Parts: sequence; C-alpha cells; structure tokens
Amino acid sequence: MAAPFSWIKPEPHGIYVEPADCWIDPSRPVDKALVTHGHADHARGGHGETIATPETLAIMDLRYNTREGAVPVEYGETIRLKGGVDATYVPAGHVLGSAQILLEHAGERVVVTGDYKRREDPTCPPFEVVPCDIFITEATFGLPVFCHPPIEEEMAKLLDRLAAHPDRCVLVGAYALGKAQRVIAELRRAGHHQPIYLHGAMEKMCRLYEEHGVDLGELRLVADHSKDDMRGHIVVCPPSALNDRWSRRLPDPITAMASGWMRIRQRARQRNVELPLVISDHADWGELTRTIREVDAHENWITHGREDALLRWCQLHQRRARALALVGYDDEDD
Amino acid sequence: MEEFAALIDALVYTRSRNEKLRLIAEYLRATPDPDRGWALAALSDGLDFPAVKSSTIRILLKDRVDPVLWTLSRDFVGDTAETASLLWPTPDTPPAPPSVSETVELLSAMNRKTVLEELPKLLDRLDSSGRYALLKLATGGMRIGVSSRLAKTAFAQAFDVRVDQVEEYWHGLAPPYAELFAWAAEGADPPDIDNLPTFRPFMLAHPLEETVVDLKDYAAEWKWDGIRVQLVRAGQGQNAETRLFSRSGDDISATFPELLEVLPMNAVLDGELLVRGSTQGGEAGGAASFNALQQRLGRKTVSKKMLAEYPAFVRLYDALLLEGEDLRELPWTERRGRLEALAPRLPASHFDISSIVEAADFEHLAEIREGSREDAIEGLMLKRKDSPYIAGRRVGYWYKWKRDPLLVDCVLMYAQRGSGKRSSFFSDYTFGCWDGDPDKGADLLPVGKAYSGFTDEELKKIDRHVRQNTINRFGPVRETEKTLVFEVAFDSVHESKRHKSGLAMRFPRIHRIRWDKPPHEADRIESLRALIAD
Ligand SMILES: [Zn+2]
Ligand SMILES: [Zn+2]
Repeated sequence: MAAPFSWIKPEPHGIYVEPADCWIDPSRPVDKALVTHGHADHARGGHGETIATPETLAIMDLRYNTREGAVPVEYGETIRLKGGVDATYVPAGHVLGSAQILLEHAGERVVVTGDYKRREDPTCPPFEVVPCDIFITEATFGLPVFCHPPIEEEMAKLLDRLAAHPDRCVLVGAYALGKAQRVIAELRRAGHHQPIYLHGAMEKMCRLYEEHGVDLGELRLVADHSKDDMRGHIVVCPPSALNDRWSRRLPDPITAMASGWMRIRQRARQRNVELPLVISDHADWGELTRTIREVDAHENWITHGREDALLRWCQLHQRRARALALVGYDDEDD
Repeated sequence: MEEFAALIDALVYTRSRNEKLRLIAEYLRATPDPDRGWALAALSDGLDFPAVKSSTIRILLKDRVDPVLWTLSRDFVGDTAETASLLWPTPDTPPAPPSVSETVELLSAMNRKTVLEELPKLLDRLDSSGRYALLKLATGGMRIGVSSRLAKTAFAQAFDVRVDQVEEYWHGLAPPYAELFAWAAEGADPPDIDNLPTFRPFMLAHPLEETVVDLKDYAAEWKWDGIRVQLVRAGQGQNAETRLFSRSGDDISATFPELLEVLPMNAVLDGELLVRGSTQGGEAGGAASFNALQQRLGRKTVSKKMLAEYPAFVRLYDALLLEGEDLRELPWTERRGRLEALAPRLPASHFDISSIVEAADFEHLAEIREGSREDAIEGLMLKRKDSPYIAGRRVGYWYKWKRDPLLVDCVLMYAQRGSGKRSSFFSDYTFGCWDGDPDKGADLLPVGKAYSGFTDEELKKIDRHVRQNTINRFGPVRETEKTLVFEVAFDSVHESKRHKSGLAMRFPRIHRIRWDKPPHEADRIESLRALIAD
C-alpha cells in the first residue's frame, strides 16, 4: 500500500494529483487542470482540459478565449477523475465562481482552498467549512497585523469623503475581477444609487457579473462623459490606472484604493493613496486561524503568502503544518 | 485624542502641501486649549518623553504577542509604532479615551520604572489609529511629512497672522504656546520677547540670474563661504544671555561656546560664521575654507583642542536690534552705518565687519566676481541701499550672485545603497527641486542623482540621516523625509525627457551638505531651468 497522501504532490508549479494525472491551479500549461478561480495567478490559459465552475470558465473565456476543453462543475457537484480520485467544488467566498476543491482518494480527504474569505460578499456564495485530513490553505494576509474592518465602515468612509467634496470625484482603484464588483455591489447595499463611472478595462467583467445575476446598478463609462458629469461621483479603475495619465480626464480626483494592504500606512503611501479602504477578498489573520481551527484537519499545508507566521501560529497551537513553496503566485489579486 | 489621531492619519495620506496646511489649520481652529498647543508642539519641534523609547514599545509587545510573530510583523510593516498599534489587543470595554493634554500629562509623569505599567493603560484607552498617534507622539519624531515650518505656516493660516511673526515669537515660547494662541486666536497682546534671547527670522536673497542692477542703488558684499548665523544677546545684568542660531533657527550656542561671552551689549546681529584662516580672500580675508568650519559643526560639546585649532568668529553683515532699538525698518545704508559705528566696541578677536566691494559699475563688479574664484569666496551679495530688513525673501531687495560652477540647492528625496565598499551605506542620492512655491503647495521633482563629493565622515552622517528619516522602502531604495538640503554642483543642465522635471544635470556632485538650511529654501525647477546653456 502506498504511504498516506503520497498521491497528492505539491510541486513548484502547482499541486499535482498523481493517480488522476491532473494539476490544481498550475502556473504553466498542462493537459488537465482543476482551477479554483479566475484570478490570473490561479487560472492560466493553454491547458488541454480545464475543470472549473461555470462562472470561472466564463471568466477564463473572457480573459483567454479558452472555450475549448472547458469542463463545468457546479458547486456541490462531484466529478470522478482517473485513478479513483473524486473532486468536489465547494464555495470559497473569494470572487464570483471561486471554489475550494475537495479531493478524495482511498478514503483520504484533501481540501485545496485556492483563495478565500469568511466575510459576507454580495457577489458570491459564502465559504463552507469542509472537514478533511489535509487542509491546503492560502496565507496572503497571514500576519497578525491584518484585521480587515467591517466593510460597512469602509463604505461609510468612502461615501463621507464623496459627500464632503461635491466638486471632485473619488477614484477607487480596485482589481478588475472581484474587488471592483464587490465594491460596487456594497455601495449599492449602502444605499448609494448614483451612477458609478468605470474605466474601460472594467466594463466587460462588470457585464459578466451582471449576466451571472449580480446587480451593479447604473454603470457608465468614463470615456463617454465629460469632467463635469463626474463631479460628485465615484469612478472605479484598475489600480494601475490610479496614478496614470488617464486620470487627468477626471475632475480633481481623490485617490482611493480598495485593498487589504491598505491596513499598512506605508503601503498606501507607496501608491499615493489619499483614502485607503481596507477591503480584501482574502481571509485576514483572524479568519485564517479560525478556519484552521474549524476545519480541524490532521495536517495544514500553507501556500501563497506569509507562510512563516501562520506556520508559527500552528506550532504555538499544536497543529501540524508545513509550508509549500509554490511559485508563480503573487498577492496582487488582494 | 481621537481628533488628533484622525489628523495624523489624514496627514499621513496627504501629499499636497496645501491640503496639509488646510488640515492642520482646521484642527487648530476647532480644538480647545491646551490640546491644540500640545498638538502643534508635537507636529513642529516634537515633544520629548524620555521614559518612552522604541525599545519600551518592543518590550511591552513581546509580553503580549509571541516574539516570533512580533518580529515577522515588525519586519513586514517596517515601523515599530505602527506594528504595535496594529497588534495591541483592544480590550472588550475600553475606558474613555484621553485628551491630548491628559496624554501629555500622563506621558510626562512616567519614568523608566512606571512606563511599563502606565503606557499599557493609556494604550488600552485608544483604538488602533489612536495608538499609532500616541506612540508617534510619545517617541518624538512623527515623521509624517510635516516640517516645523509647515506647522507654523498652518498656524499662521489658521488665525490669519503673518508666519514671520509666528517665527519671531515662537522661539521665545514653550509648549503648549498659550500666549501664542491668545494673541493669534483671541486677539490678546503679542507675547513679550524683548528680554529673551530669541531668534528673529532672517532676510534672504534671490539668485541674480539675468538681472542687472545699478550700483547707484545697490551695495555689493562678498558672499562668504561659511554658515549664516544670528547672534542674539538679551536680558539685563546677571540675566543677560547670548545665543547663536543657524539659518533654520536652530540654537547652535553649545557648539560655539567662544562666542557666548564676547558680545558686550544687547543686540541681534546677522553675519557669517567662519573659522580663522587664509583660504578665503587671502591673508586679508582672514577666513579658512568651509571645510575647516565643518570640523566644528554638529558637535554637542567642543574640546579645547578644537577651539584652538579652529577658532570661530562672526563676520557681520547686518544689525537687526541694537541696545533695545529695532533697526529693521531702517534702510540698509543706515543699518550699515550703525554696524560700522558699533565695530570699535566689539572685540576684534571674535568679530569683524564684512567689507563693501567697491566697483565703478556693474561690468567692473562682474570682473571682480570672476576673480573671486581663486579666493574661494562663494560670490557676491547685492543689497538694495534702501532695503529694510524683512523676514524671508523679497523680490528686488537682496540678490546673491554666485560664481561658477553652477550650484543649486536641492532636497534629498531618495537614497540607495552603494556598491562594494559602500554597500552597507546609503550613498547614492536622488534629489529634487520645487516645482513652484513650496510655501504654496509646490512639490519636489527629482532633478538628478549623485554619489560623490562628500567625505567618509559625511557619508556616515547622511547614512544615519537616511535611516532615521525613512518614510518609504522600495527594495534597496529608501524614500526620506524631505528635510535635508544638498548644495549640488554641476557642469551644465539640459532638457531631458527622462526626468519628470524635464531637466538633466551633467556631472552633478554634492558640493556641500546644508544641514543648516530649511528645505523650503531649496531652489525651484525654474531657477535650474534658467541655467540651461543653449
Ligand atoms: Zn484570488
Ligand atoms: Zn491568489
């Protein structure tokens, strides 16, 4: 009999499931890929076959034109792979379509979280705790200094600043996939029903969210409007456009950025952010440690972030853990 | 403390000088005494609480957070106070937050023994922003891009008074500046500083550039290569006291004790601090090079040997106050007359008067100036004969006419680690000039980079400055507080698309480190642009 869990192999370019000859979130093209969600560091083009939720597949299609070889799996659905491996997709609460993948083989259960959070998000179903033997967790915000405040507080900060400057606009830098739509949906939930202006690069992804039933209210393109139209309004753009020439067409913008990194003052200053909004689609330290407790796996494998501190926490709390050295992941999709 | 914490946070995230001024002014108007006075002190000169050190914070945190998690967090965040403010466990039912003055009172009462018990109680009363503001306040340097000058300008703006008046009173007062607020905000009589040896703001010169002046209206003086100082003596009899101030108003009396007992009358005198020698202006000039003076600068105590080897004296330019009389409104010619009349009463060992350069006309003066190169004199000063002594820089009154090489005063913006022998030092410097009036919200734009022109001693000092004034880290590069002025020498300057300033210098090198010069007095992009050769 093979050693326990020898069938699952963390490699530098992804997690390899040997009996099924497939990879989870591989960072280079493979024959068969199981993809947790659409962020670029997890979902790449060029695989022979891609197994993911229909939403993730739609996102990948939008980004890489990868209709070929797409195999959709609904949340809660189990598919049987080669070599007696079952894969079940479970909501991760990270972005539209994001899933944890539960792998079962020879009576052993492994959960790969991809990216996740435990906070409520109007754009995707919430994270579910799945009992397992090995829990492979992300650790993007794996330091005790990270504590994301309630999103209502951050929305109030944003709306207060907007109200205080009726002649200006607030330009919110937010990642085009997930963060932007969540911020817009949360603004709507907070009662802000004014039109929201979009940088051209955000448009398609917002439409895709709407097609999947996420109501974003009235959206307008910056390119179609004059400076005066945008006074007193919120404009959403990718973070890269925040300090770009592009923003010169806006009416004296107040620069905001929605990101978990905004918790750290120097990070906000580096980006010339005047209004830091601590909003993240990743679990903060409290969520990470709570999740490890609740899942209560036999062993925790930590990837993709600040592994050292979470490893230390596991050690202090007598939980077995190891850090995986995966390459090709970055924290930009925060 | 919540409002103060909110102000600190807002200042951290604000780049525009105008906006910073507005934020501080608004706070000063809205906040009662003495809270606003303490806040102003914290923002300007900083408050000193000897019991609270960065190491105190580390000790407190290591008691509450696993040491490994503390170190990992501290390394990631890059700032001890901020890390502590984020990691400190907020109690379930925190007691009411303290006011700024209560905070100052409690911090002042702490000593090395009690601090480990008392500081936590204070931290428990604040949220994470409040804890950040508290720890920054308690450990001195706020390092949030607010200079003392900016804080004073904001004060002036808040109450619609003149900033040079604020400067003038400032040096005679102590936090929380009750008299200053009473005068500016309440309309009370101005603070009485006549009997105090306080600093009066300097009158400054514009670069001459293309201007041609008529020598009928202007007098010419050498621009000596030392540091501009103000010697002040005030008080009666036993209580009379003399102090020496640098250009920025820093009290440098302790560094030059030989000048503190030699002024026989009450006065405020403007002059150049020099060391005896023969480099500048030959034997007749009687001054050593700037390098010799540099041996004496920045020392808290001075050895007998130093005093003997590098004897300092003041070459006088002007008299602001003399035996109770304010001369500043008088024309330069009259003040000069009073200064010359004073000369015989001053000990020649420590004073002389900067001589007037006689020239037939402007062209003749230009020739004389060219000749000043051999004498290692910086150049000439041109002073309008009818100019009163006015704080700051007024167009048309005083000009400085420096000789070549081209020199500009720039502000250090970024420092990078060197290579080889210098790899442990921040030895490559990027500096900038202002893109407008720094007192009206201008920003610094980088104009060049240099990694030569200083001694190993100076390198160590700049390196220390960089480490203590880092506000940002980008890999091997540190962004520093914009506080240190370099006089940069260069051969020529050209248009360039590579820099945001649109200018590039040829062979820039650090000519001199102007520890004494406030950054808002550094040159503007337009002055540099005016030096484009073709
Ligand atoms: Zn992600
Ligand atoms: Zn990720």
